[in-house]
Amino acid sequence: MAITGAILVLYLIAHMYGNLKIFSGQEAFDGYAHSLRELGYPLLPYEGFLWIARIVLLASILIHIYAVVVLWRRNHRARTARYQVTKRVQRSYSSYTMRYGGILIALFVVFHILHLTTNNIAPGGRSDSPYERMVNGFQPEFWFVTLFYLASVVAVGLHLRHGIWSAVTTLGGNKAGRQGKLNALATAIALIVAVGFAIPPLAVTFGLVS
Amino acid sequence: MNITLRVWRQKGPDDKGRMATYKLTDVSSDMSFLEMLDVLNEKLTLEGEDPVAFDHDCREGICGACGVVIDGEAHGPEMTTTCQLHMRSFNDGDTITVEPWRAKAFPVIKDLVVDRGAFDRIIQAGGYISAPTGTAPDAHATPVPKADADRAFDAATCISCGACVAACPNASAMLFTAAKVTHLGMLPQGQPERAARVVKMVNQHDEEDFGNCTNIGECAAVCPKGIPLDTISQLNRDLLGSLAKGVG
Repeated sequence: MAITGAILVLYLIAHMYGNLKIFSGQEAFDGYAHSLRELGYPLLPYEGFLWIARIVLLASILIHIYAVVVLWRRNHRARTARYQVTKRVQRSYSSYTMRYGGILIALFVVFHILHLTTNNIAPGGRSDSPYERMVNGFQPEFWFVTLFYLASVVAVGLHLRHGIWSAVTTLGGNKAGRQGKLNALATAIALIVAVGFAIPPLAVTFGLVS
Repeated sequence: MNITLRVWRQKGPDDKGRMATYKLTDVSSDMSFLEMLDVLNEKLTLEGEDPVAFDHDCREGICGACGVVIDGEAHGPEMTTTCQLHMRSFNDGDTITVEPWRAKAFPVIKDLVVDRGAFDRIIQAGGYISAPTGTAPDAHATPVPKADADRAFDAATCISCGACVAACPNASAMLFTAAKVTHLGMLPQGQPERAARVVKMVNQHDEEDFGNCTNIGECAAVCPKGIPLDTISQLNRDLLGSLAKGVG
């Protein structure tokens, strides 16, 4: 779970970098999207890199979800009688919303691929240009698309906040002297990723990119 | 002070159990929580009712026998054992809810008493050393770095009370297991079995139907001995090392 999570976090950072290229204009954004298809060519076939990345990501997501199902079942079984009164002593909001946030993120990923990758769902019209798909999809009249997107990005941020901390602990890197730094690092990455993903669609909705 | 107690009553392991409400008057704020329960039990006995069963032994905060969930917190609102919690931590007129540790691995025997035999079996699986210890050796016979000695000592203060399990949203005993693994693993005498120990203890932990650790940290927050959360990361590091070496 920690390892697949780490793969997905690294992917998110690369994905966010690509998204922010929208501020360099249509040519740069579409050019970047196209260059991913030619990465490694002719060593790899056309779109070869992309398919390798897709397979690795899909495998990571499936293993991640499988691990959570196994853990959840075990943890559910471990306490059959519930407490009458429960109190949170120190657990963070992000740590106890991991599963719900995860479900929202999974649903979002499906929608997101249908929307901006395959373009089967195309609010504002289909297009071959990734830039136009973005601009069409996040127009002010499709505020609900932007809203769903933002809610998912917040969920990703919360998921990463606890996930990064937890993954490092699972992999044995959490030491007493480092906990402050580790918490700060997890919060910083979570914030950067959430804000980085929130900016492009908001820029479209508010007409900064058209 | 006057208080209202809501206490879990369960006649035996197979009884369904229920919450019972009792009113206590003239409770001294200097009483410990267990003394308050003693007063309740005297009253119940006089009234011909069955007294509330609860575990206790030293009443000095060192044995780990006592332990109940008070208002949703293991050992109550102070970071200490239930016996060292005093009624001054509560206010006049409070309603206090008292429940046993809740975990499948800790079945209720009666009222607030649970069977913590699962902890003993985790210790039996690997919480020991085979080095002959004999009488206390000279202090400098086997040099141990100060930082390691301190860490081992901090982990060794675990009294196996089970608060970590009670507080964990997943009913995991990872902090307990990690405390033992860290305690023995930091010292030279613990090295011969170090690689096998962590695998055996974690296997037994899972066998007992404890939940898994999701690194939330409620355990360390309620631990009366302040066992640090990073012991769990130490356990994970040892476990990954053992698995990489093919141990277990």
